[in-house]
Amino acid sequence: MADLNPISVWRKFLSTPNESRVKTLCVAFIVSAACALMVTAATVVLRPIQAQNRAAEQEARLEALIAAVPGMAELVGAAGGAALSTVVVDLRRGTAAAEITPETLQAALSDPANWTEIAPGDDVAGIRSRPDFAQIYLLREGERVSLAILPIVGTGYNGRIQALLALNGDMQTLAGIAITEQSETPGLGARIEEPRWQQSFAGKQLFDAAGSARFTVARGQARTDHEVDGITGATRTSNAITQMVRFWVGPHGYGPLMAAIRRREF
Amino acid sequence: MAAAEGLWGTLTAPLIRQNPVTLQILGICSALAVTTSLDTALTMATALTVVIVCAAGVISLIRAHIPAAIRLIVQIIVVASMVIVVDQFLQAFFFELSQRLSVFVSLIATNCIVLGRTESFARANPPLRSMVDALGSGLGYGLVLVVIGATRELFGAGRLLGIQLLPLAEEGGWFTPLGLMLLAPSAFFLLGGLVWAMRSLWPEQVEDTEFSPHEIASQD
Repeated sequence: MADLNPISVWRKFLSTPNESRVKTLCVAFIVSAACALMVTAATVVLRPIQAQNRAAEQEARLEALIAAVPGMAELVGAAGGAALSTVVVDLRRGTAAAEITPETLQAALSDPANWTEIAPGDDVAGIRSRPDFAQIYLLREGERVSLAILPIVGTGYNGRIQALLALNGDMQTLAGIAITEQSETPGLGARIEEPRWQQSFAGKQLFDAAGSARFTVARGQARTDHEVDGITGATRTSNAITQMVRFWVGPHGYGPLMAAIRRREF
Repeated sequence: MAAAEGLWGTLTAPLIRQNPVTLQILGICSALAVTTSLDTALTMATALTVVIVCAAGVISLIRAHIPAAIRLIVQIIVVASMVIVVDQFLQAFFFELSQRLSVFVSLIATNCIVLGRTESFARANPPLRSMVDALGSGLGYGLVLVVIGATRELFGAGRLLGIQLLPLAEEGGWFTPLGLMLLAPSAFFLLGGLVWAMRSLWPEQVEDTEFSPHEIASQD
């Protein structure tokens, strides 16, 4: 008669020689199951706290960017912080996205249908494909948009660079930049994180009179008002910043949206 | 009494006499990568110590029932799970630090010190003794990380734990930071120097030469 008492079955299992096939399989299964349980528990329990951290970090970067733009802190402060509105935009048409809210943006972007491949010739920022929707921040003064904060992304020397680019209401003058994610070489390319360098973006002009993007991170000192100082020893990182700014203010980036803001459609 | 002394010996041996980094030259990849500042070095050392102690305890508990054929896989899966838990914990409660450590916490799973201790010690010893041995190895690794991390942060940025100790020339002080200290090669130089210093102080750590250079016949 088969013994069904779990304790004695367990004892019998433990006393089986280690080299038997059944025991090998069972040990492998039990260890995997226990480990899977531990990992899952840790992930599930800690996920809300991690999401909170990420949101707080994004918030802090945005606040730092606003603080860095001259006169902006007072403007936002005067309106009680509510002046800065969050908008999800459709990059293809340059309009506010009708169905997608900041809450559903993550879900929408996990669908490959909402991404557009960039042809290699146009892909100056080295990102290969671009989301069709992006969450931007607008500051209004009466009816007019006086500041737009646009998330941009590009490929640097060691990996992806993410940043928030702040443009004045004329969509021509830069108000500031905040690097939100980078993995450039410490001491060289990673100096794009330095506030002093980021502050030099304020007041720079994006386009020339003919309307083509002229913004450049210079080699060495900035000479024109389209240029910011280059970072010594980090030519590739400097070029990457130039390319990503130019890409995102161009026709495949926020170009249509910026045209709509210039036409006062926002 | 003898047992306690044995445990004390197990704990202290890997600190200097049997240091896993400087004597066995194990785990130097992460030792080079995370030592640009003291706080990342401390966090990494703590994370590794927690992982190695827990893994050694678990492996030692089930040591009698690990089939030899799959012993390495069992050890790796236990270690890897611990690493994921520690990584998730850091992301939840030390978000900023975990951003800076990026992938290196996950790479503890491949750290030779961890697998080395579970394979060579925890598989043959009772839990308490294994955990003490693992703690010693973790602290030995941490000690090297802290020494190198402190040196790099102090001379590379004039700070320790983010507190400015040496006034920077840029801000009107006298200290010009050594940019090299923040780059990976400096960790090699420092680690090399540390190994050299330790082997000069404790000559018994010097390995026998495996190859002797050829005698060049003198031509007279």
